Amino acid sequence: MNSIRTRLIAILIGTTGLVWLSAVIWIYASTQAEVERVLDARLAEAARMVNSLLTDQRIAIGVAQGAAVSAALQAGSNPSSYGRQLSCQIWSLSGALIARSTGAPDARLTKAKQGFSENEINGEIWRVYSIENAELGVSVMIGDSLGVRERLVGDVIKGLLLPATIIFPFLGGLIWLSVKRGLRPLSDMARTLSSRKASDLRPLPISDMPDEIAPAVDALNSLFKRVDAARERERSFTAFAAHELRTPLAGLKTQAQIALGSADAEVHANALRQIATGVDRTGRLVKQLLDLALLEASEAEPSPTNESISSLVQTVIAEQQALASRCGVAIRIELGDGKTKAWIEPHFLMLALRNLLENSISHSPKGGTIVCSSAKDGTDVRIMIEDEGPGIPEEELPRATERFFRGRNKTEIGSGLGLAIAQLAIERLGGSLELMNRDPRGLSANVSIPARVTGDWACS
Amino acid sequence: MLVDGLTVGLGLAGFTVDAVSSCEDAATATRAQRYDAIVLDLMLPDGSGLDVLAELRGAKDSTPVVLLTARDQVADRISGLDAGADDYMGKPFDLDELAARLRAVARRGVGRANAILEWRGVMLDPAQLTATRGGAPLKLTRREFSVLRALMERPMATVPKAALEETLYGWQEEVESNAVEVHVHHLRTKLGPNFIKTVRGLGYRLAEDTP
Repeated sequence: MNSIRTRLIAILIGTTGLVWLSAVIWIYASTQAEVERVLDARLAEAARMVNSLLTDQRIAIGVAQGAAVSAALQAGSNPSSYGRQLSCQIWSLSGALIARSTGAPDARLTKAKQGFSENEINGEIWRVYSIENAELGVSVMIGDSLGVRERLVGDVIKGLLLPATIIFPFLGGLIWLSVKRGLRPLSDMARTLSSRKASDLRPLPISDMPDEIAPAVDALNSLFKRVDAARERERSFTAFAAHELRTPLAGLKTQAQIALGSADAEVHANALRQIATGVDRTGRLVKQLLDLALLEASEAEPSPTNESISSLVQTVIAEQQALASRCGVAIRIELGDGKTKAWIEPHFLMLALRNLLENSISHSPKGGTIVCSSAKDGTDVRIMIEDEGPGIPEEELPRATERFFRGRNKTEIGSGLGLAIAQLAIERLGGSLELMNRDPRGLSANVSIPARVTGDWACS
Repeated sequence: MLVDGLTVGLGLAGFTVDAVSSCEDAATATRAQRYDAIVLDLMLPDGSGLDVLAELRGAKDSTPVVLLTARDQVADRISGLDAGADDYMGKPFDLDELAARLRAVARRGVGRANAILEWRGVMLDPAQLTATRGGAPLKLTRREFSVLRALMERPMATVPKAALEETLYGWQEEVESNAVEVHVHHLRTKLGPNFIKTVRGLGYRLAEDTP
């Protein structure tokens, strides 16, 4: 049952029905008890009356039995369908039927001598009150059939149930209408949403929402906002990526056309050299775009392992050694005791360090030195990469980690993505990247990541 | 790589190219000198090419502009053309086509529809870089061709010597002293002494008819 409306209606009708039913059962039980009490009292009253009539000699036993009985009967009868409900018998103590009322059975109503008793006669249960009059040597018995009592109670219940069954459909309809009306804000919201275009991510109005739906609408609106932001990011990324991929392609094509069209050996060779560089640059760009897409796509928490920071740094440096020696740049490693460990995702950190180091190498002057150092800083691990390049002009520093931003001191091979990738990867590790110009020249990239080390993993 | 390719490639197609790679430098260059046409990339490191275009048109500079862009969505093309661009090419483009479009917008820039330049029997084809006189091919060097083209594009006007120098040399190239005079001298040897007139103190112009 997935509809709130159906569920509400079922619950409301079910509980109402249940309340009604228990009321009926309760009324039935109490009516039955009350009827029994009243009718029992009447039986005893009638028995005592007949007995006193006999005792006072107002009627002669056996002479005017009909009169006596009819007197007794008149006392308790009523003219409705419940007439003739009482039967009276007078028995001698020796066991002979002296008198009985009309309609009373021939068989002895009870064997009990005194008080109430129940007895089956001709398949009917009778409730009987008997009084033994030792003085006169008779036993007076007044009884009524239990069937009559049941009928009485049944009539009372029927009187209650009849209006209920007529009212119940109305009640059901009322419940249905109320539920529908109560749920209107929900269905209104659903209608608004389903009539929207897929690109329409405006927030839903929240002011006139009932308190129960407001949190859901709130959550929905914040989801809209996130999706919208993600979409915007993707859109600008696509635009930039298109530009960054097509520009080198345009360059390649132009140079190829020059190479094809020029007879001059110098121009020819230069064009081919440009093409070779261009292919390198484009290849690197594609790799970086894929790295970026990977970082963006892995929405899930990265899976961290306990990593030795110094061995990660050394791995990255070893990878970049070839590029460094080609550029005539030396890399000095200062990793302290080398025992610093952190609970991190190694691939993200290596990606960040690789891009930072590549950036430093490509901006370093020939014969320059890059210093890579790492240190424990409270609960964080700090990794610093310092170069002797031109640094980044102060006004460009805030934009340096923007995607595709290439500042004044750009290199031939740079794509404007390296620092953006480093920044994103470090953010994914929960850390921060700080870029600072050094005195007198050079750039210092400071990576700070939380070590998240507990218990046995404590850093040395 | 693209800048280098355009400089060399358009140079091979007979253009003299000044290349810059930022909005700031582009603004400086267009303020300093008149160009026959401008190739403008939309995404520049310090801003959008559209800003350069807006500034250019804002300064009443009507130099023809061909936009280069990687975003070839219709909306981008429309915004580029509406900002005052004369033509539009998506990357990657064909070098020859770019050269042809540049020639076309430059031609329209001086109010000419015909691609072939003609003056007193001399025909110049800027696309093929060929010249003929009375149907017979004329052998001209690249620089001679450029000087003659600059004069024939504005046949009734006097072209200053400085303008001819700008036509001949990009920024990177060393301007040889008397270079214009030397080329004009060579042209006079090939076309006859009275084809180009010297307007003393002002520059050169084409002579109206043979005396």
